[in-house]
Amino acid sequence: MNNTTTKQSLFTSPLGIAIYIVVGLVLLAVMATNHLIGMILPYAIAYTIPLLMTALGGLYSERSGVTNLGLEGLMLVGYFASALTINLTEQTLQASALPLGLLAGVLAGALFSMLHAFASINLKADQVISGTAINMLASALTVYLARTIAGSGNVRIMLGIVRRDIPGLSKIPGIGTLFFTQSYWSTWVALIVWGASWFLLYKTSFGLRLRACGEHPSAVASAGVNVYGMRYFGVGMSGALAGLGGSIILITYSGEFNGTVAGLGFLSIAALIFGQWKPLGILGATFFFGTATTIANVSQVIPQLGVIPPVIFKVFPYVVTLLALIVFSKRSAAPKAVGEAF
Amino acid sequence: MKVKIKSNAFLIAVSAVILGLLAGGLLMMSIGSNPFEGFYYLFRGGLMNMERIGNTISTAITLMLVGLSVAFAFKTGLFNIGAAGQMLVGGLCATLVAHYVFIPRPFYLVVIIFCAFLGGALWGVIPGILKAKFNVHEVVATIMMNWIAYWSIYYFVPAYLKGPSLETESKSIAIGQTLRSPWLTGIFGGGYINLGIFVAIAAVFVIKYVLDKTTLGFELKAVGSNRFCAEYAGIKVNRNVVISMMIAGGLAGLAGMAYYTGYSRNIQIGVMPSMGFDGIAVALLGASNPIGVLFSALFFGMLQSGKGFMNAMTEVPPEIADTIIATIIYFTATSVLFSRFWDSVGRRKRDKAQQKSDQDESKEEVSHE
Repeated sequence: MNNTTTKQSLFTSPLGIAIYIVVGLVLLAVMATNHLIGMILPYAIAYTIPLLMTALGGLYSERSGVTNLGLEGLMLVGYFASALTINLTEQTLQASALPLGLLAGVLAGALFSMLHAFASINLKADQVISGTAINMLASALTVYLARTIAGSGNVRIMLGIVRRDIPGLSKIPGIGTLFFTQSYWSTWVALIVWGASWFLLYKTSFGLRLRACGEHPSAVASAGVNVYGMRYFGVGMSGALAGLGGSIILITYSGEFNGTVAGLGFLSIAALIFGQWKPLGILGATFFFGTATTIANVSQVIPQLGVIPPVIFKVFPYVVTLLALIVFSKRSAAPKAVGEAF
Repeated sequence: MKVKIKSNAFLIAVSAVILGLLAGGLLMMSIGSNPFEGFYYLFRGGLMNMERIGNTISTAITLMLVGLSVAFAFKTGLFNIGAAGQMLVGGLCATLVAHYVFIPRPFYLVVIIFCAFLGGALWGVIPGILKAKFNVHEVVATIMMNWIAYWSIYYFVPAYLKGPSLETESKSIAIGQTLRSPWLTGIFGGGYINLGIFVAIAAVFVIKYVLDKTTLGFELKAVGSNRFCAEYAGIKVNRNVVISMMIAGGLAGLAGMAYYTGYSRNIQIGVMPSMGFDGIAVALLGASNPIGVLFSALFFGMLQSGKGFMNAMTEVPPEIADTIIATIIYFTATSVLFSRFWDSVGRRKRDKAQQKSDQDESKEEVSHE
């Protein structure tokens, strides 16, 4: 498609070059303190995975032609559902409560996203407003339910995923120690989901149809495809994956439902745009955000970074997103029919 | 994005409110509480005496200004989801004025209003320029601006406005420097009521005037209803987008002033003001009409200020108010359901009338024979 044009605009635009320089400088700063990579990378991956899943969900939805601004809320629903499930079952089920929690998060997200699907597909509602309603509803309803079911706005779980070395692969020098030691199993699940999604969307006729629904729905409809069904699937997947993202936050680094995912859902939408609505692009974009967040969080304990005021690190991901959007929005690779009712 | 406003906006709003309250009632029932009792205390908490009414109004002031901000941007076809950040920046500017500017009261009020507007406008105009010049979607841009404001204030307040005891909030403003006024407080017998009420009401009418009676308002609305058509008619679309976001940001900045130097007396860090998002609800329920915004802000203000009392008197968690608001928004978004419903009601009436007149005619015919 317009792969070449975006690449051209990236390399020729002064802003694009500026972004590369900034990112490069940060990477260099990290490289310079080499042992830091080993310290930062596991956290960076941990922060990346929920974003990756949610942005991937957004990819399904937007590729099928439905803007989903409710990702933040859907993440929160998954976060809550898995916290509640694990909280209630961890005594009896022990470690197997964790996968059950993930499953609950996925289902809850998918179920909740049906509200958005119904509004934007059947009722042809304004999808941005419907998404906003989903966010507000999720943040009010989850805390409401947490208070009535668990007795407090915060739901804590005792269990968490134990980090494990991958047998065999962790022995590879360099890469092995970086990627295959001390990893969460949920990370591998997420990467498999990502790979499978790429295959489904780009290598099967089903995926072609789904993407066509986001580009030219009437053409697809005239070929006998059920556009409504495809869009329901896209929105449902976005709910399921955002729910998965929320659940992964819980069982990896949070350990407690506290009523907010702090803008990660919106950051995922930005990553989707940043990644130009492509699986590989969003992998890169979310990894960038994950790394930036990690650097912001650890900057105070690292002497080399401690000299820079922490506010710079905290606003860094958002400022870079704005800059990136400036570069990418001019020639947007967004699906053509996204946001339009059919 | 198009925000379709039907002629029967009032009916839609009322239907959405009724369904929202119904959903709230069902939720209360689902946890074994009596919904009638719940609503009784919810409304009583917002209205039971002058002080409570004053608090309802002062909650509504912030919502009204944010609602106006969102509604104003809607009119130009823009979705300002960044009111929270604009509130923070406007509120910070107002707080700085309150701490450092000591001049006679009338001048002081002008300065604080001006600075708060300016702060919010600055935060709003950046996404406006990005939208106009680079086609950056304003929703994502304003959300990024929210977080930039959030973190900037998170570090700015402890560094420059640190309170004596708590790390998490700025030092309190001297009571004479806030927007509270003794006679207003006297009328309502205490509470949070403040001069922001006049700012909010003035803003409602100024915005109504600008939208309905000025060339600027006409151009903004033209851009909102069809930007290509507006461009063809010689209206500078990009300029209007920037102006719209600037004024919307300024209004949210005023909301920040009303909240941080009127309702409250300091800025808390690490809190994204939820009114920034409730304002979207206010604008939608008010069908982006300034007068509609006025009433829907009062309604939501009542829900928000009554929820604490309800929570104290019953088992129902205070989040019920937010759930009701969110449900109302969902139903406003899906308003096509109601317009279909009311249309069909209207049609049935018309059909009946038609039938009746037909019958009458046939009767007449019969009688003629």
